[in-house]
Amino acid sequence: MKILVCISNVPDTTSKINFTGDNKEFDKNGVQYVINPWDEYALTRAIELKEAKGGSVTVLNVGEADTEPNIRKALAIGADDAIRVNAHPKDAFFVAQQITAIAKEGGYDMILMGKESIDYNGFQVHNMVGEMMGIPSVTPAFKLDMVDDSTARLEREIEGGKEVVEVKLPFVASAQQPMCEPRIPNMRGIMTARTKPLKVVAPVGGEAMSEYVSYSKPEKKSGVKLIDADNAGELIKLLRNEAKVL
Amino acid sequence: MSVLVFVEGLNGEIKKSSLEAASYGSQVAQAMGTSATAVAIGEVHEEALARLGEQGISKVLYDADDRLKQFVADAYVKVIAKAAQQESSKVLVFSNSNIGAAVGSKLAVRLNGSLATNVTELPKMDGGNFTVTRGVFSGKAFAQVNLTSDVKIIAVKKNSTEIISNAGNTATVEKLSADLAESDFAAAPKETVMQETDGGVLLPEAEIVVSGGRGMKGPENWHLIEELAKELGAATACSKPVSDIGWRPHHEHVGQTGITVSPNLYIAVGISGAIQHLAGVNSSKVIVVINKDPEAPFFKAADYGIVGDALEVVPKLIEAAKALDK
Ligand SMILES: Cc1cc2nc3c(=O)[nH]c(=O)nc-3n(C[C@H](O)[C@H](O)[C@H](O)COP(=O)(O)OP(=O)(O)OC[C@H]3O[C@@H](n4cnc5c(N)ncnc54)[C@H](O)[C@@H]3O)c2cc1C
Ligand SMILES: Nc1ncnc2c1ncn2[C@@H]1O[C@H](COP(=O)(O)O)[C@@H](O)[C@H]1O
Repeated sequence: MKILVCISNVPDTTSKINFTGDNKEFDKNGVQYVINPWDEYALTRAIELKEAKGGSVTVLNVGEADTEPNIRKALAIGADDAIRVNAHPKDAFFVAQQITAIAKEGGYDMILMGKESIDYNGFQVHNMVGEMMGIPSVTPAFKLDMVDDSTARLEREIEGGKEVVEVKLPFVASAQQPMCEPRIPNMRGIMTARTKPLKVVAPVGGEAMSEYVSYSKPEKKSGVKLIDADNAGELIKLLRNEAKVL
Repeated sequence: MSVLVFVEGLNGEIKKSSLEAASYGSQVAQAMGTSATAVAIGEVHEEALARLGEQGISKVLYDADDRLKQFVADAYVKVIAKAAQQESSKVLVFSNSNIGAAVGSKLAVRLNGSLATNVTELPKMDGGNFTVTRGVFSGKAFAQVNLTSDVKIIAVKKNSTEIISNAGNTATVEKLSADLAESDFAAAPKETVMQETDGGVLLPEAEIVVSGGRGMKGPENWHLIEELAKELGAATACSKPVSDIGWRPHHEHVGQTGITVSPNLYIAVGISGAIQHLAGVNSSKVIVVINKDPEAPFFKAADYGIVGDALEVVPKLIEAAKALDK
């Protein structure tokens, strides 16, 4: 089974978010980048399936050279090889076009992604790729198993419930917890990752459909109003009469 | 040229998040000097569809094909694309739900449109630009995004738009049929399982959420969270470790790697307020924190707080909530 896992490179979950240049640009200063946490579920599940059924796991990132440490990390976790499309990920549509071009050429059985990237919170790329490829996209899935060599069974979250879906290969799915327990690289993985192939390719001439003009931050809270624990019931009155939310 | 809104049903009624999308869509239509049409699929009562007039919808196109009772992405896309074509719609509005965002993404490809998900405000239209504001960096910031193609697709974040209600206005309901083929159902779900929701409050749509963390000490104390939620008409939620240890089901976990909620009121009980937890709740309008540690980071993000033992404080809140006239 040939599996393609798409990973995005995002600010660590604890990062402070700031903007520069008249709030037109994200301030990368002091920001630590990690593999998008949801994508770690996709990657780990892909490696588990490979271990059980044989095959290969390729990781793919659309990004500039500074994403390579995290691509190497994915290799250290257990992917076999990697592709980086050398381009700034302008928007979801652009990224989906790049992934589709690679996926069509590679003939993968399964294309796994994360539920959403925690920087741009799009929840878009996977469904776009499914549509561009003309294959099913099951997102967000929290369970993925093979029924037989050509069919997978997934459980997908919908608001207020879940759906059980069986699809023929090839398909696209996006992962969320509790699909698996994401793995961290071990020493041996880190050593072998250095020599695993990482291919850099040029983008296809894709267009973007949107343009980020500026950023803003939510208003700061004015501070907490504390209520004495012995008088806890007072809180309920404040919520009704002052905050007007009850 | 009407603005097209996709509305989702639940138990025959329109979901609250879709009433928000309809209100959003009709305001956009008004600003553009046109009307708003809704498209509904599957099992929704016709009276509920007509009532969308209250949200400013003039017409509803309804495909009642039995096979569409459950969500089938390819088939839904076909129906909505047909409605968009029939109405010559250039602006399509969805709720930013798992279904709405999925269908919106696929339509963006099919119609060659610009897509913005997680949208929090009405668009600004000036000088030929069409700019929306959307939540980015897990609630830590907003981005203003210009939608540059002819067709614009917007998925509206839950609880970020007021529901308009012009009592008495009704929409006309027309049948729509998209000539679906067998192949449109290739990836249809085998089975759809809905959770039991106490009092029918879905967590992602709830206006009030009562949430418990490790400070609740164990599942045997969760009846306190549930009772308070019941008194307030709230949904219940929890922090990640709580669902990881199995005190609560995974679908209740909120935060960076869980569900994002933006209720009017979020009550956090025995939750420390780690940045990954805040990422899922920081767009709540009012935040209440109950924690025995006055240094808990959550107090910095709170509007109201009580420093105290949850097991003593929550029963007092339940009492006070019972005393409220509803
Ligand atoms: C990549 C990543 C993603 C993550 N995603 C999420 C996520 O989506 N959601 C999430 O919640 N977490 C997430 N986490 C975990 C997060 O960092 C915290 O560990 C977690 O939120 C802590 O949960 P907690 O507050 O319930 O427990 P704790 O941190 O153990 O806090 C318990 C709190 O309860 C208080 N307390 C104890 N006893 C009482 C009492 N009797 N009465 C009142 N208060 C009491 C304590 O003072 C303390 O503040 C993530 C972490 C990482 C690294
Ligand atoms: N630049 C990128 N390169 C590779 N994969 C990506 C990229 N951006 C997003 N993805 C994948 O698409 C998923 C959904 O992203 P998004 O639609 O941006 O929320 C992510 O979890 C990744 O798996």
